[in-house]
Amino acid sequence: MYKYDNYDQQMVDARVEEFRDQARRRLEGKLTEDQFKPLRLMNGLYLQLHAYMLRVAIPYGTLNSEQMIALGDIADKYDRGYGHFTTRQNLQYNWIKLEDAADILADLAKVEMHAIQTSGNCIRNISSDHFAGAAHDELVDPRPYAELLRQWSSFHPEFTYLPRKFKIAVIAAEKDRAAMRLHDIGIQIVKNDAKDGGSEIGARFFVGGGMGRTPMVAPMIRDFVPLDQLITYAEACLRVYNRYGRRDNKYKARIKILVHELGKDEYTRQVEEEFAHLLKQGVEPPREELERIKPYFSDPAFEDGPKSVDRSDPDFAVWVDRNTHRHKHDSYVSAVISLKPVGGIPGDATGEQMRLMARLAKQYSFDELRIMHTQNVVLPHVKIGDLHALWTELEAAGLGSPNMDTIEDMIACPGLDYCSLANARSIPLAQRISERFDASGKTSKLGELKLKISGCINACGHHHAGHIGILGVDRKGVENYQLSLGGSEAEDVSLAKITGPGFTEDGVIEAVDTVTNVYLANKQGEERFLDTYRRIGMEPFKEALYG
Amino acid sequence: MRVLTGNDLKTGDVVWWTGETWSRHVDEAVDAGERAEEILAAEEAARRVNVPYVIEATREEDGSVRPAHIKDRIRALGPTVRPDLTLKPKDPEAIDWVI
Ligand code: HEM
Ligand code: SF4
Repeated sequence: MYKYDNYDQQMVDARVEEFRDQARRRLEGKLTEDQFKPLRLMNGLYLQLHAYMLRVAIPYGTLNSEQMIALGDIADKYDRGYGHFTTRQNLQYNWIKLEDAADILADLAKVEMHAIQTSGNCIRNISSDHFAGAAHDELVDPRPYAELLRQWSSFHPEFTYLPRKFKIAVIAAEKDRAAMRLHDIGIQIVKNDAKDGGSEIGARFFVGGGMGRTPMVAPMIRDFVPLDQLITYAEACLRVYNRYGRRDNKYKARIKILVHELGKDEYTRQVEEEFAHLLKQGVEPPREELERIKPYFSDPAFEDGPKSVDRSDPDFAVWVDRNTHRHKHDSYVSAVISLKPVGGIPGDATGEQMRLMARLAKQYSFDELRIMHTQNVVLPHVKIGDLHALWTELEAAGLGSPNMDTIEDMIACPGLDYCSLANARSIPLAQRISERFDASGKTSKLGELKLKISGCINACGHHHAGHIGILGVDRKGVENYQLSLGGSEAEDVSLAKITGPGFTEDGVIEAVDTVTNVYLANKQGEERFLDTYRRIGMEPFKEALYG
Repeated sequence: MRVLTGNDLKTGDVVWWTGETWSRHVDEAVDAGERAEEILAAEEAARRVNVPYVIEATREEDGSVRPAHIKDRIRALGPTVRPDLTLKPKDPEAIDWVI
């Protein structure tokens, strides 16, 4: 785990005191809402439907037990006993009082956490692979690079007022578990064949992806940037954007629009030009900085142990098959704690559950937890020999749903139940669909099926990238839902296509059932829903839906 | 009727204009009529409410007030997916009123 250095801690502490003063001035009436709003947003404090909402950054989704306990305690002390894990690996509290906000930030700062740059047109939390440092298939741990980017992008004066918010993801495996190509910048750490016959590690850059009203998959603009030029190249990408990005029209202000309008080649040409210029200016942090960061992410002291589990308990065996991921050490796995109980609210966890997960992390996973963009929690390093004990505790706490990557493991944004921008509710759909598919026993037959639900076109619920996506729209004041099929945010990335006219709430749940029936009827061999859709196309689904 | 709503500055709670003050209960809302904008400006300036706005609503036969848009009905009650956290945690039908 990365530890703050003095500079980090001083910056965060100073921000807390600065915000305390700003909030006090607002409460005393010395600041108007217009003056205060940008200040509170800089500290992750939004005003939502029922109260203020605070978004806490969890850099690249990694946290330790102490931090998770602090998050749980804040939920109990200042909120209504729970928090919501988001698709960008952050946490949101829904019921915050302005009077308490500075105290919460102070509590966060004590455990090296904050809410800085979780809002506004700046570089947001850097996201990464939730199995980083543990996965069997990664080249290196991507988090030191994510941390380097975090340091570079924190309080960067040039990038504090970008045309629009800016999101970066970093991965280091062929498998994309971070929706990397749907970010403004996606970075994949890769190995190339160096001239001397050896190999060298560097970064592949994808720029201009995103969701929202104009979803785009980021094209690759450079297949190899040497690691000691990583920050310089990222800076060049941002400089060109900062120079040309549209500030006059919020809907056209994202970098994806610039890359699209200039064309990938022209954008790349300008980036390369800027890059050449920047290389001479020495903007890259010294190599020692990366070397200083790396040990914080070194492997814990793994020990050899059992390499398989006793499968005599069928419920346990199902959970192991579904919710664990192969580790680079053969006596360990990464275990996924599902925050998707049947009929529950995707991504919500109570303070008590957070403290329990923290304790389990301490006991079974070298004190480490991860937040997944699919709104679940990972214990990255669990001994295979400890899995049964872990699962028993999770089951008892209602956290043992064996549903990772199934239709019940859907992403759902807060929607109209909490969000002031929403057109329609998302959570009730998630709840009803998981109840229905669980009751009919269809979930396991369907295998991997990624359902993603957003309550409006901002696409916080990633509906464009769902094998099945649902988007809430407002139809003359009544909630209505558009269905789309064929999206993916993994390495086989694609954008979903709308099936046709929208549905009512009941109608869209039927429609989801209908399209899964089309899949089951047409499935060949081991095909997933997405594979069948790609092979047979939209027509059979349309036919079944609209006849 | 034209109803005024906003959030409490300190707590963020959803509040409704009762003619004299701000209440958490939509049923206490009054028709601000022509004076809506004037009241909003004065109340906001006095920091008795945050980001207030005017909505359309109807007074039902039983005297209750029903905002025209679902969003304001959810604001009035609370999240439909957490009946325990709404203003009417004991009323199982409260959610039906929203929809
Ligand atoms: C309730 C408070 C929230 C508000 C007000 C909000 C607002 C927005 C807005 C305005 C956008 C569109 C930005 C743009 O296109 O430039 C957006 C996009 C997004 N939000 Fe949220 N959001 C909220 C909650 C969440 C949550 C809970 C999640 C995770 C579950 C999330 C994840 C995202 C993601 C992944 C995007 C897509 C980014 C892209 O366009 O590439 N947001 N949000
Ligand atoms: S997609 Fe829309 S409704 Fe859902 S959280 Fe984002 S802004 Fe709110």
